[in-house]
Amino acid sequence: MSETISIKRLVKRLLMLAVVMFAFGFALVPLYDVMCKAFGINGKTGGQYEGSQVTDPTRKVRVQFLSTNNIDMVWDFYSKADEIDVHPGAVNEMIFVAHNPSDHPMTAQAIPSISPAEAAAYFHKTECFCFSQQVLQPGERIEMPVRFIVDRDLPADVKHLTLAYTLFDITARQPPVASINGQVPKGEQ
Amino acid sequence: MSAVIDDHAGHEHDHGPAKGLMRWVLTTNHKDIGTMYLWFSFTMFLLGGSFAMVIRAELFQPGLQIVEPAFFNQMTTMHGLIMVFGAVMPAFVGLANWMIPLMIGAPDMALPRLNNFSFWLLPAAFAMLVSTLFTAGGGPNFGWTFYAPLSTTYAPESVTFFIFAIHMMGISSIMGAINVIATILNLRAPGMTLMKMPLFVWTWLITAFLLIAVMPVLAGCVTMMLMDIHFGTSFFSAAGGGDPVLFQHVFWFFGHPEVYIMILPAFGAVSSIIPAFSRKPLFGYTSMVYATASIAFLSFIVWAHHMFVVGIPVVGELFFMYATMLIAVPTGVKVFNWVSTMWEGSLTFETPMLFAVAFVILFTIGGFSGLMLAIAPADFQYHDTYFVVAHFHYVLVPGAIFGIFASAYYWLPKWTGHMYDETLGKLHFWLSFIGMNMAFFPMHFVGLAGMPRRVPDYNLQFADFNMVSSIGAFIFGATQIFFLFIVIKCIRGGEPAPAKPWDGAEGLEWTVPSPAPYHTFVTPPEVK
Repeated sequence: MSETISIKRLVKRLLMLAVVMFAFGFALVPLYDVMCKAFGINGKTGGQYEGSQVTDPTRKVRVQFLSTNNIDMVWDFYSKADEIDVHPGAVNEMIFVAHNPSDHPMTAQAIPSISPAEAAAYFHKTECFCFSQQVLQPGERIEMPVRFIVDRDLPADVKHLTLAYTLFDITARQPPVASINGQVPKGEQ
Repeated sequence: MSAVIDDHAGHEHDHGPAKGLMRWVLTTNHKDIGTMYLWFSFTMFLLGGSFAMVIRAELFQPGLQIVEPAFFNQMTTMHGLIMVFGAVMPAFVGLANWMIPLMIGAPDMALPRLNNFSFWLLPAAFAMLVSTLFTAGGGPNFGWTFYAPLSTTYAPESVTFFIFAIHMMGISSIMGAINVIATILNLRAPGMTLMKMPLFVWTWLITAFLLIAVMPVLAGCVTMMLMDIHFGTSFFSAAGGGDPVLFQHVFWFFGHPEVYIMILPAFGAVSSIIPAFSRKPLFGYTSMVYATASIAFLSFIVWAHHMFVVGIPVVGELFFMYATMLIAVPTGVKVFNWVSTMWEGSLTFETPMLFAVAFVILFTIGGFSGLMLAIAPADFQYHDTYFVVAHFHYVLVPGAIFGIFASAYYWLPKWTGHMYDETLGKLHFWLSFIGMNMAFFPMHFVGLAGMPRRVPDYNLQFADFNMVSSIGAFIFGATQIFFLFIVIKCIRGGEPAPAKPWDGAEGLEWTVPSPAPYHTFVTPPEVK
């Protein structure tokens, strides 16, 4: 660049670079999601699984369940069993229970996570309450099923899996539509 | 070479600076703007330093004595933000403004009005940032790294002011960087080829590209925060499908190059100062240039070493671990070159040289603790402990800050026309050196023993080392007021400085008289 280009063009190019890098910052968002899905980073699980697999009765994997409330979430939230042994390829079901003890309707969103993270790509959910939001009226209690398949290709050294849900209160963000008595639901803190 | 050749009559600056306050508000002169940057950064240095004094006073003894934990958190946050964005970065921009045109034989910066604007954005940005401390909910309290969701869901109301302040600083830095690049690429004197430029100019050229590459990413990062807080998006909120870990990736993609932005110009300045006082040309000029460029490149692919504990796959940990360790190679080349420059030189130890030599030694200590932190499995122990605090203060205080002090003493005669008081300068150095090591060396020990960072209270077992740290910090802090005195004394009088006060110094800046006239190199010098 010793034969100088005019300052105007140089500044234009440098400004362009700044704009491109600003856009790149935002591009990191989808890029990160793609990377997470591809490599199972952070134990992120994919969406609904459509396929089916042949059961491998010779192998057993222990799946443990964790349910956690995010800060300020008042619901009771737990799975019916702490752990089950499953065969890779088979469809399994676990029931989670949620109960709204408060005096107003609330909306919740459960976010799943798999440990160890490298197993996340091998854990398929055919049905999950985390695919949608839950609206519970005051005092209402529901049972929510999760159906899942542990992939036959799960690395042999993985013998334990943990499926952890964190339940978030998103009432403020998504007010429950069908509220009783026409009363406007008030957002939790 | 008296450079005031009046060849553009009618221009309002022909007869030197305008009078009064408006000179400083409206100035487009690179020396005026450089001076303002330097004073601004020194003001911020004292302000950020006073926050550090609050932190060290609280940590003087275990237990809560002086401030509430909530206020303590604001102090750690503001100390970091102000030192990084308010003290170190503007100081280097100030040095760039003053010295780059003088070093490459240019009459001014390429875009003088933009230069004025980039400076005046800073006081506005920092007034806004500091004002948050007086708001009801308090200022930013989430650490200078402002990890979401601490800085989004759980942030004080004032976070919006913080976000806009960051935006303004970012715009200022980007424009400053564009100006530096345009000046270096377009305004060099005839014969000043790229590979003849002083290393300070080289390191600033590379720093400016780093700034343009990563400040927009930071701007994007805080914009996402703003949208999460006010517009209902969920970039960093898991409840809405976002991910708080994403924040850390975006932040550190900016944050790691940022640490090189804060050190590369110091590398450049020291590469001028050590040869001057060794009376030998710099050893390995070309390798210095390539080492700087390699460090800049590597800085883009190591960011996740700040995040070893968030749950990265082993392959990722290994990649970021080895890439980080790789940075030790070009850095080692630089240290080797500085030492080789001093080897068999006729060394004298005036104040700039003292700071420069301390820079080489102490920065290397900081580099080694960085290597320890780079070891992913070991980092699980060090993460978020005082060991990390010790590490980055060793690279920033004797690295960036000592580099700035060395530059200030080295070029003060050129700026003011007077020699500073050498005895006082040496006293400033030794008090800083002792205070700084006393403050930060014990942090290695308490960190390895498990003391977490950002805590207002701590276990009794850390008490003695913390007291030593606090005493050292008080010495270091008080010494900087003394530096202010030395600079003012030098501005007001002192032995008149010749055009070239250091007999071993090289470069175009020493061909103009001291103090440098308001306009220099109106006719470009011929470089052979």
